[in-house]
Amino acid sequence: MKYAFSFLAVMALVMIAGLGSQIPGMPYLFGVALPYLAIMIFLGGSVYRVVQWGKSPVPFSIQTTCGQGKSLDFIKHNKLEAPNTTAEVVARMFLEVVTFRSLFRNTKSEIYDGPKITYESSKWLWLFALIFHYSFLVIVLRHMRLFLDPIPFWVGWIETLDGIFQVGAPNWYITDVTILLGCVLLFSRRIATRHVRFISLMNDYFPLVLIFTIALTGILMRYVLRTNIDIVNIKQLLVGLVTFSPTIGAEIGAIFYIHLFLVCALLAYFPFSKLMHFAGVFMSPTRNMKNDSRAKRHVNPWNPRILPHSYAGYEDEFREFMVDAGIPVEKELAPKKDEE
Amino acid sequence: MAVPKLEQLSKSVVQGPSLATGAIPTMDWMEYPAVFKPGNYAYPAKAEKVAYLDSQSGLHFPNSREWSPEDEDWKLPADWKEIIIKGLKERLDKFRSLKIFMDCCVRCGACADKCHFFLGTGDPKNMPVMRAELLRSIYRNDFTLAGKIFGKMAGAREVTVGVLKEWFMYSYQCTECRRCSVFCPYGIDTAEVTMMLRELLHLVGVGINWILEPVSNSNRTGNHMGLQPHTFKDNVEFLVDDVESLTGVRPNISFNRKGAEVLFITPSADVFAEPGLYTAMGYLALFEAIGLDYTWSTYASEGGNFGLFTNNEAMKKLNAKMYAEAKRLGVKYIIGGECGHMWRVVHQYMDTMNGPADFLEKPVSPITGTVFENAASTKMVHISEFTADLIKHGKLKFDKSRNSHVKATYHDSCNTARAMGLMDEPRYILDHVVDWVEMPENTIREQTFCCGSGTGLNTDEIMELRMRSGLPRANAVKYVHDKHDVNMLACVCAIDRATLTSLMNYWNPGVGVCGVTELVANALVIEGENRAELDDGFRTML
Repeated sequence: MKYAFSFLAVMALVMIAGLGSQIPGMPYLFGVALPYLAIMIFLGGSVYRVVQWGKSPVPFSIQTTCGQGKSLDFIKHNKLEAPNTTAEVVARMFLEVVTFRSLFRNTKSEIYDGPKITYESSKWLWLFALIFHYSFLVIVLRHMRLFLDPIPFWVGWIETLDGIFQVGAPNWYITDVTILLGCVLLFSRRIATRHVRFISLMNDYFPLVLIFTIALTGILMRYVLRTNIDIVNIKQLLVGLVTFSPTIGAEIGAIFYIHLFLVCALLAYFPFSKLMHFAGVFMSPTRNMKNDSRAKRHVNPWNPRILPHSYAGYEDEFREFMVDAGIPVEKELAPKKDEE
Repeated sequence: MAVPKLEQLSKSVVQGPSLATGAIPTMDWMEYPAVFKPGNYAYPAKAEKVAYLDSQSGLHFPNSREWSPEDEDWKLPADWKEIIIKGLKERLDKFRSLKIFMDCCVRCGACADKCHFFLGTGDPKNMPVMRAELLRSIYRNDFTLAGKIFGKMAGAREVTVGVLKEWFMYSYQCTECRRCSVFCPYGIDTAEVTMMLRELLHLVGVGINWILEPVSNSNRTGNHMGLQPHTFKDNVEFLVDDVESLTGVRPNISFNRKGAEVLFITPSADVFAEPGLYTAMGYLALFEAIGLDYTWSTYASEGGNFGLFTNNEAMKKLNAKMYAEAKRLGVKYIIGGECGHMWRVVHQYMDTMNGPADFLEKPVSPITGTVFENAASTKMVHISEFTADLIKHGKLKFDKSRNSHVKATYHDSCNTARAMGLMDEPRYILDHVVDWVEMPENTIREQTFCCGSGTGLNTDEIMELRMRSGLPRANAVKYVHDKHDVNMLACVCAIDRATLTSLMNYWNPGVGVCGVTELVANALVIEGENRAELDDGFRTML
């Protein structure tokens, strides 16, 4: 089972960090060496992937138009769906990345007796994806409190907003709940929707389980296992990592190392996985190209030199018929042999 | 191979065990082999057609041979595996789209039920994501670290003859309609994937005759029907006679005439078969009514480009005739007739492949003076743009009652809608000439459904498949047929005119298919005409 294997893999990672970090001397491996390695793999790998994509040219203008293109003055141009200028493309991409517009369009089809096919708006995937991605984003931003000293002013704003319901002590963050919820919803959808289950690979389950577990360990640290955690030491370590002078003071609980190790695993996994969609979406030619291909020439760097079957060759083959039919020709018929 | 009875197929698409109807496959998708039997594949290309194309400069169609999909042994060249992997590498280096589309899919499934082939067949491998996975699995195996380390667990597999057979089956059950790319959060376009699959298959001599014979015809005679110059001229002249007998006005036409202002190119099917003929008669009547100075060409007598369905080299070679002929004849610009995939090539590929067309002028309507800025570089104008502009300026006089026998709906062809954004020009025209209604909103404009037989799949041996894949389109027509008594499906595509006719005859008898320009000509009042009561417009038998 693909999803069962994902659980096993994450369990194994948890065990490695939980046990490994308790061995004397190992905290430096888990707290310093691996994080540096992971971030290097993440940055290096992501840049490498993007550069690799960039190396391949975009030979043709293959925009997908999802609305009326710019043509005559009296035909209303849909600037977002068939962008004609760079600004319009930027607007299209911005809304795609920030609001997932394409997913918002999603429909679900059903086939009934008749036959009759219906297509109903289906916003679940859009909603789940929004919950998941925005929770993830807010959590990453909130974590800047731990990496930056002094703490940037906006971190406080985000925390206030995220904890606006003032429930529990310490105050529960909304995104702590919604990131778990997002993972569970996306995972359940993979299992429950038959066609999505059929196409799902281990590569699809594993990141969800991993991110779920990262969130779970973080939540445990903040809300449950607080007494084992020395937040001052953690901050010291993380600020140290950022300023390239890491120190590990007093003992930090195993749960922290588990959390950190899973994050390292996610970072290292990132560039080699489908998670690269975060960069790829910006480079997708069907979305980021202008629909002005008849107004401005798009150049293909490897355009091969291929000539059409020539008119001269065509006329040579059919000249007699053409002359007979009164179609103009470039070269008149050769005089018949016996007249020479 | 016979097409099942309507009742049978109607039941099958709803109740037949398939992923679309609710049955859940028990095995992993890699475990299901592609099985060929009469009726589920298009006939392979004749060896001599492949060899002819391979002999043409700039084209590469190697390994011609007689073979059959049903045979165990496809007589592949000994080094086919290296050819395929090397071909894939080359294409990854040439097309960023391919790399991005191989890497970014998250298998969210948004595309799954957007495909007309999936909806009609219920075959899981017809989900666009799955079609791409057929290639992606090989890509992972040979070109990614994760695939090399984790193998099958990471969705990688080695390329085998079985994989190749799967590619052949499913790249010819995709019409490159791009509907899935509208819904994909990353804009992944299965048309790109299908194009690559077909290009790779051609490298090992695997292709279908319904595509490669038209390609070789187009190359040699100028049009995919293989009409020689005199026959092409005869056909158009028959239509001139018909227009004259219907309207009393004899359209003035010319062929290969140097110095004409405009070169007119339309799919050759328009001058060859019903109901396209009536659309062609429409062009003749329209151009006569406005006194356009234009010429037909027998050399560039094909608007459609079957090369698009093979590889980019063949597309370029066929397309190159348009500019070559425009240059030879010294025209100012080109007007293109109603066609879907022709317009994908013209709008998105022509200028890049065969431009710059600096020997032509920026298109200006000689009647209204409108400058077609949107075609400033390509110098080719769509007939619907040209006509809509005429109407806007009041240059055409209509008697809409002449279309009172018609209640129309409008089918956006995939390519004009999703690869061009031509949606409202035809609608503007229809508003002026006929009473018409829209189909349901999730089946029109950018969400339009393919006729089910595009990209060279309009061949009779796969008729059941075509009726299945055309079901979503037919079903939306049925909705307006039942609700609004629609009896005519208007479109701007020559393949549609041929294929939707079969589709309507099967699913919705009583609904005809026509080009928009046919409806224009029906309603058009031409100066000096002497038109009898035409109960059936240009289709009236006198």
